[in-house]
Amino acid sequence: MTAEATVLGAGVAGLAVARALTARGAGVRVIDPAGGPGPAACSWWAGGMLAPFCEGETAEEPVVRLGREAAAWWRAAGVPVTKAGTLVVAPGRDRAELDRFARRTHGHAALDRAGLAALEPALADRFAGALHFPDEAHIAPRAALETLRDGLAEAGTPVEPEGTPEGTVIDCRGLAARDLLPDLRGVRGEMAILHAPDITLRRTVRLLHPRHPLYVVPRGDGIYMLGATQIESGGRGPASLRSVVELLNAAYALHPAFAEAEVLEIGTDARPAFADNLPRVFRQAGRIHVNGLFRHGYLLAPALARMTAGLLLDGETPELSR
Amino acid sequence: MPVFYGTEIASPLMLGTAQYPSPSVMEAAFRRSGAGVATVSLRREAAGGQGGPFWDIIRGLGVPVLPNTAGCHSVREAVTTARMARELFDTDWIKLEVIGHPDTLQPDPFGLVEAARILCEEGFKVFPYTTEDGILAGRLLEAGCEVLMPWGAPIGTGLGLNNLYGLRTLRAQFPEVPMVIDAGMGLPSHAAQAMELGYDAVLLNTAVARAGDPAAMAEGFARALDAGRLAHAADPMEPRDMASPSTPVLGLAVLE
Repeated sequence: MTAEATVLGAGVAGLAVARALTARGAGVRVIDPAGGPGPAACSWWAGGMLAPFCEGETAEEPVVRLGREAAAWWRAAGVPVTKAGTLVVAPGRDRAELDRFARRTHGHAALDRAGLAALEPALADRFAGALHFPDEAHIAPRAALETLRDGLAEAGTPVEPEGTPEGTVIDCRGLAARDLLPDLRGVRGEMAILHAPDITLRRTVRLLHPRHPLYVVPRGDGIYMLGATQIESGGRGPASLRSVVELLNAAYALHPAFAEAEVLEIGTDARPAFADNLPRVFRQAGRIHVNGLFRHGYLLAPALARMTAGLLLDGETPELSR
Repeated sequence: MPVFYGTEIASPLMLGTAQYPSPSVMEAAFRRSGAGVATVSLRREAAGGQGGPFWDIIRGLGVPVLPNTAGCHSVREAVTTARMARELFDTDWIKLEVIGHPDTLQPDPFGLVEAARILCEEGFKVFPYTTEDGILAGRLLEAGCEVLMPWGAPIGTGLGLNNLYGLRTLRAQFPEVPMVIDAGMGLPSHAAQAMELGYDAVLLNTAVARAGDPAAMAEGFARALDAGRLAHAADPMEPRDMASPSTPVLGLAVLE
């Protein structure tokens, strides 16, 4: 059987698109030179936050609206979704940052120290209050990619390391697609994975800081992901000492118990982004491009996959086209 | 309009290019405000090597680019960064920052003079980020700087003009030197005040980039700068303690 479409790239965008097309009965192939999800994809290094409301602090409106589709989509894909909300805190001298964050976002409630203690006791002696976004969630990104990959393989669509594309090419190569999309830019991010059994956090925590904002996503078993820097550069080389110091310092500011953590990984990659930091689904020179997911891969891949299926199978113009 | 090293710029508003929600928002802020210069922090953004779409966007703003050595804590770092900037942006302009303290981001006056001397000798047109200290200003001019950029308040604080007396004195001490208030701006009124004191331009980033609507805030600053510039040129009245009727008795109309 000839496939109707061939997806290039097995990062979060490619796998989500392949799943959406397969779910609608289309024959699909997925080609990625890495042979599957892995460190070559920037989604491998992501936080996995499904936090549309918090992202609304700086992101455009579609991110907040479309991101709300994400949690249900991932759950339907068989990925465990931890819906424990997000907490946003600020050190005492940066309390004004918390007010500012509250003004720019919605879907939150203010917690006092007692309210914070009820959710995350570890933070209550560190912070006098917090913003709580109860409807936000997080997933474990690497496991999520592997679940998508396995689901596709079971449905007869394994990720192939090479091959000749059949049908419409759906280009989900991320930053590698700069050969065809010169206005795509890289936004470098650096992250760390820590083993910190001395501290218990059950939900994503964002620390507001005018210079070094940080988020911590619990992965369970005392493992935490710290992210992430945001640097206007397509460089994917090793993390700089400065970035690592800033990340780890911010973690220490969140809780001194992080000082005892083991540093399991320091990762770096560059996120693909267009000038307005919004993703796009569009046809160009015979192929469909799904790209520019910026720091919203797991949050927006479900909506983009839906739009891509609509474009390919129903001829619908995607909302985020160009 | 201000003239720096022989180049006249189109607006006294000098805008930074960091911290915007996206490059599109940054472009909108420049467009709407008509800002005359774009400052670019080089240190970290250059990690990926030269070129790239972000640089293209900055070049595409169509205004002179003033690279800076933001975040440099030593003479050596600052000098290296300046040389890198010259290659990357093909300009000999450099905003020189040598930071003396990590919390206050206060300039290190000694390192600043040393780095300024080295860079001026290498043919750079140096815009030193300095304090309102007049002695330091003199040393920077001796080192070859032809523009001074005293702070309003520490970087990113939004506190406005912290030392009015010092800034007024500095302005009076070097009336012929183009001077830019750099850093500490929070509101357009701060920028207007800087122009009322007779400064030639204002450089800011955070107050615009981190506003809820950066383009609107940028326009607000541009208008405030105009207001302040007009007021300074119009020779404002001197403040006085006693009330003074705006219509003196002698001027009253006599009704017959």
